[in-house]
Amino acid sequence: MAVYKKTYRPYEGALTSSWRRLLVIPRYAFEDLYRSKFLTIFFLASFIQPLVAAILIYVQHNAAVFNLVGAQGANRLISINVTFFMSNLGWQSMLALFLASFIGPGQVSPDLANNALSLYLARPFSRTEYVLGKMSVLLILLSMMTWIPGLLLFSYQGYLEGWEWMKTNIRFATGIFFGAWIWILILSLLALALSAWVKWKPAAGGLMFGVFFVAAGFGATINGVQRTNWGHLFNISYLIGSVWVWLFEGSNKTTNGAVFFRAPQGEELPLWCSWTALAVLCLICLYMLARKIRGMEVVR
Amino acid sequence: MDSSVIELDDLEVRFGKRAILKKLKASLTGRSIGLLGPNGAGKSTLLNTLLGFHKPSSGTARIFGRDIRTHAREVRSLIGYMPENDSFIASMSGVRFVRLMAELAGLPHEHALERAHEAFFYVGLGEVRYRALGTYSLGMKQSAKLAQAIAHGPKLLFLDEPTNGLDPPARARMIQLIQEIRDRGDLHIMVSSHLLRDVEECCDEVLILKDGNIAAFCNLEEERRSNRRFLEIETHGSNNGDFLTSMEKLGCETAQGAQGRIKLILPDGLEVRRLYEVAAEQNVQIRRLNHKRDSLEDIFLKAMETGDAK
Repeated sequence: MAVYKKTYRPYEGALTSSWRRLLVIPRYAFEDLYRSKFLTIFFLASFIQPLVAAILIYVQHNAAVFNLVGAQGANRLISINVTFFMSNLGWQSMLALFLASFIGPGQVSPDLANNALSLYLARPFSRTEYVLGKMSVLLILLSMMTWIPGLLLFSYQGYLEGWEWMKTNIRFATGIFFGAWIWILILSLLALALSAWVKWKPAAGGLMFGVFFVAAGFGATINGVQRTNWGHLFNISYLIGSVWVWLFEGSNKTTNGAVFFRAPQGEELPLWCSWTALAVLCLICLYMLARKIRGMEVVR
Repeated sequence: MDSSVIELDDLEVRFGKRAILKKLKASLTGRSIGLLGPNGAGKSTLLNTLLGFHKPSSGTARIFGRDIRTHAREVRSLIGYMPENDSFIASMSGVRFVRLMAELAGLPHEHALERAHEAFFYVGLGEVRYRALGTYSLGMKQSAKLAQAIAHGPKLLFLDEPTNGLDPPARARMIQLIQEIRDRGDLHIMVSSHLLRDVEECCDEVLILKDGNIAAFCNLEEERRSNRRFLEIETHGSNNGDFLTSMEKLGCETAQGAQGRIKLILPDGLEVRRLYEVAAEQNVQIRRLNHKRDSLEDIFLKAMETGDAK
């Protein structure tokens, strides 16, 4: 119907499936994100580190490159081992924290600040679908920054080293995949939960950093004052680091974590404590989301 | 087949220990249903419960025969909702926001865009549809809320205080839009308001709530029809009572007021013309004749008094 015919008419066409509806929110969110030059540049810049890592893998397997510049045998100085992959994941995960702090708060807070939730949820669209839709934006972007380049590097190294190396070090791949997913899940839940409670975007972003760095400082203070290691339970990077070490190496530990995500030697807590603390953090975030993501807030 | 649009079946909603809606039971069948009541009567809670925002603590409700407890998603796919408060995403352009809402309601991308444009033109915001919603005036925001409520072509439209904060011309335009939508007959409307005039102009059925109870439920159309036989006349020369007796002989119910005022309820089949004939026969002058009708205000006040008496 032409727009000049200003009458109301019912809709009688086909409707989309609930799965396609779930993708509407991320599609709109990505359209908004790509409008921000800063975020686009930051996102693209986050691939510099994996690119450097790929070059290192290449030159490690091509001694001729060093021979050209007269540094024979320098390739032996580069070790492609657990530290290499874990450090790569550590760097990318730190960049993921920055990206989540930039884009996470913008996901839910504008909807809450303007009471738009009642309009979302007045449609055949549940609270879970809303949260999943918003979360998928972070899950996709952070995946592209963390485990996808990590697994590509692993595959590249495996391709150059051979099938035997891949089989021996398959734990690196599972460590990259599951380690990154744990981090992504925590980041996404935390970003959404904070943006649901703090409606002002910059404050929510700042609070993300606060949770990671201030809480770690608080934990360190507890450790210092009480002469204990239990303060590390407030240090998310410590918790993640200890879980990563287990995922990458099992019980035969040769490292104490990755860059930014280290569990200092001699200060280790039982592994189950790290898992439990991370699970509790996720549950708190889910509770915060369940309280705030409602069509109508009830004042009892 | 059940023809009710909304059926309330002992619907009770509690927030903590406080009962907000108390065992509501009614079957609403009108094309346009008004939900009236003073502030805090439970109007918005009823709408929110029907939308699935609040869980009934007991009882249930059915919309077009679908239970809101078991078919919440299906029910919501039939509804368009215009909330009372500002609800939008300030940074989004009007048409993009309505398109988003239409897509979430299940319209394919290209249809959603087309209908978002149409809805904006329909509510009279065609020229500003690319402006950010945050820059809209109050009246424009109300119209934009109506646009998002109708863009996906719902079968039932919930309008919560649709004329809130509008100036008289904007209010008239909003009422006109609601009447147009109602008269097309494609969808049912439920208007929640505390403004009697809005409801009177838009609705043919009214549910009046008070303290979470149904204080009154009436069909305005029937009410208007029955009141057509209710006359108030002002006479001169009828003080001896003969005129009243003659009216009663014709089957009228009568009541005499001061200064020659008489209230009459005419029986079926008796034309007003006959009154003039009898008056002429008895040398009585009918100086004024009003078709008095029970206004919605009368009905509302009566309902409030009844509620207080309870």
